Amino acid sequence: MSFFPAEKLTAAVSNPKLQAAIYDSTARLMHKRKVAIAPDSIDDFESQREQARKIKQHTIENLDFYLEQLERNVIANGGKVVWARDADEAVAFIRNLCREKGVKRIVKSKSMTTEEIELNEALEHDNLDVVETDLGEYILQLAHEKPYHIVAPALHKTRYDVADIFTEKLGVEREEVIEKQTMIARRVLREKFLTAELGITGANFMMADSGAISITENEGNARLSSSAPRIQIAVAGIEKVIPRAQDLATFLKVLGRSATGQPLTVYTSFLSGPRRPGEIDGPEEFYLLLLDNGRTKVLADEGKRQSLYCIRCGACLNHCPVYRKIGGHNYPWVYSGPIGAILSPQFHGVSTDPWLPYASSLCGACAEVCPVKIEIPRILLELRHEVTDAKRKAGDGRLEKLAFQLYAFVMTRPGLYAWIASLAPRFFPGRRDGSWIQKVPGIMAIPPVAGWLSQRDLPPPPDKNFRELWRERSGGRR
Amino acid sequence: MAGQVSLFVTCIGDQLFPKAGLAVADVLERLGYRVDFPEAQTCCGQPAFNSGYWDEARKVADHFLEVFAAADYIVIPSGSCGAMVGHHFADLYKGDAAKLAQVHALESRVWEFSKFLTEVAKVDDLGARFPHKVTYHDSCHALREMGVKAGPRRLLSKVRDLEFAEMDTCEECCGFGGTFSVKFDQVSGGMVRTKIESIQRSGAEYVVSIDSSCLMQIQGALLRSGSPVRTIHLAEVLASR
Repeated sequence: MSFFPAEKLTAAVSNPKLQAAIYDSTARLMHKRKVAIAPDSIDDFESQREQARKIKQHTIENLDFYLEQLERNVIANGGKVVWARDADEAVAFIRNLCREKGVKRIVKSKSMTTEEIELNEALEHDNLDVVETDLGEYILQLAHEKPYHIVAPALHKTRYDVADIFTEKLGVEREEVIEKQTMIARRVLREKFLTAELGITGANFMMADSGAISITENEGNARLSSSAPRIQIAVAGIEKVIPRAQDLATFLKVLGRSATGQPLTVYTSFLSGPRRPGEIDGPEEFYLLLLDNGRTKVLADEGKRQSLYCIRCGACLNHCPVYRKIGGHNYPWVYSGPIGAILSPQFHGVSTDPWLPYASSLCGACAEVCPVKIEIPRILLELRHEVTDAKRKAGDGRLEKLAFQLYAFVMTRPGLYAWIASLAPRFFPGRRDGSWIQKVPGIMAIPPVAGWLSQRDLPPPPDKNFRELWRERSGGRR
Repeated sequence: MAGQVSLFVTCIGDQLFPKAGLAVADVLERLGYRVDFPEAQTCCGQPAFNSGYWDEARKVADHFLEVFAAADYIVIPSGSCGAMVGHHFADLYKGDAAKLAQVHALESRVWEFSKFLTEVAKVDDLGARFPHKVTYHDSCHALREMGVKAGPRRLLSKVRDLEFAEMDTCEECCGFGGTFSVKFDQVSGGMVRTKIESIQRSGAEYVVSIDSSCLMQIQGALLRSGSPVRTIHLAEVLASR
């Protein structure tokens, strides 16, 4: 069980440089999304969202059917399908394959699923040369950091940070101009693409009817990772399947717009197995690794299985006022922000990070922008309920439980409630100058009061509360 | 007589901001409604519900259902408490058909104050006068769960001598979030300070909202920062002469 990282949260909130980096990037993404979903860019974005949700809902309700169809069609295309129950199985398969096929050099394109199974760590342990080829991921690999954001992994790094990292890790001359930094990375990475024997990618969508996968990206690195090396492995969660290739018409419209405000990402690749006779590029061997790693557990819960609709656009992170304050690294898992707050407890159990579902003001900005309309606040509320249930069973959190029992006792007894309320001004005397309470005597600084006063002034109770004033106003008339 | 309205003043309105509740009654009476304040009312149960204590929340919700069973209209000067009764009571009683029937019978009679004015009373000019520059904070639950957006702005637009200035982040959460504000005090504080920067950019003297809890958060932080900007409930602006 991880403890609530209060100090780390405070450090993030009170770091002006970090706050500026997060706010600038997320504000830019929010603005671009807003422009891209406007009527002059797309007819009725709302109905596209509705359609995307319906397709996901249908697919997830019939997941077994579509996965089997997908498997048949991948095999028909000459590819191989690997089923992995968990991260260990997935990682073990890839390590063994590298050993068997004599792979020494690996290029990777951006994939949250491979982050989830901590693939790089395992491959590096085997002394394999594994390189992230997405610029943001490459920066983070050099810095030995986890992604800060689902879509923009190095969102928290300024170009000055990148200059530091490149100078230190690559031994190049310090360069602060973004375009020139990109060229530095490009020089290093081109060489890697040309020599790698294995390319590892993710998959944005897997089309059951054609056995093909689709990858959306902006840098062309996924395209290179999947076509230059001799072997390709695409690693994907089982929820990424969609029924038909034509469903992409809906998903590509909402994904780019929600993620980066692009009507379409720069590259959309369709990969359907190994190179066929007469084709000039593409891998000799193609593997699709389908990962469960907890997804079937989520699937089993009727109310919360909609969490599996997620297409990893990151819009909920950009629009989340909590993510924008605490940043990506204070979430316990690679999936951060609102979607991380609902996925982590479902994958790892609510008792692992019981504070996480509570780290939200329930403002609902996430659900408002989600392209597949996942009801994130509602799921957070259910998870909170499960947390209290788990605590009760474990005998934890008795004081809080008692406080809410007391609350319910008082709130169902109007006479008692009114009497207690009438006492409040004695404890917090009113002020004639209209000022609010800035601090209270130590004995009254119980956690809720102290928590409030750490940031804000507290209103003193008025001399007379509403019900007392109401009685006077109506002259005793009831 | 336009009819009878039962006022659910909310526990925070009852205990900390009684002027807002009185202003609601003033405005409704001016429109010809008879305002009833059922004295047995307490809280809607949201603090327990949002904290995951659903058994306790159900007890408080039961009490609410009993107190307001016979009301024609239940007017609530809060989007948050309104959404609790209007949307989340149903979550609370999932699987309990008898209770759900009771809840659904109540839902259509629950009105957030500004929505009641614009959609039931169908008024926008209350004859109010408020000679100040104001901005409006969209409280999250009113905006996203009840669709309250244009109504309060229309009501404000008819107030005499009132100058309206939209802030650039009007739809961004103030960071209150109930127990979130004290459990994650540093994050909540960071959120409200960001909100305040936006309020200050608008040049407004007053921040108006329809939720006293948001206003408590914003006012508390404004005072802490030494800002002269003040908060006020929409009902108080509309009751001003």
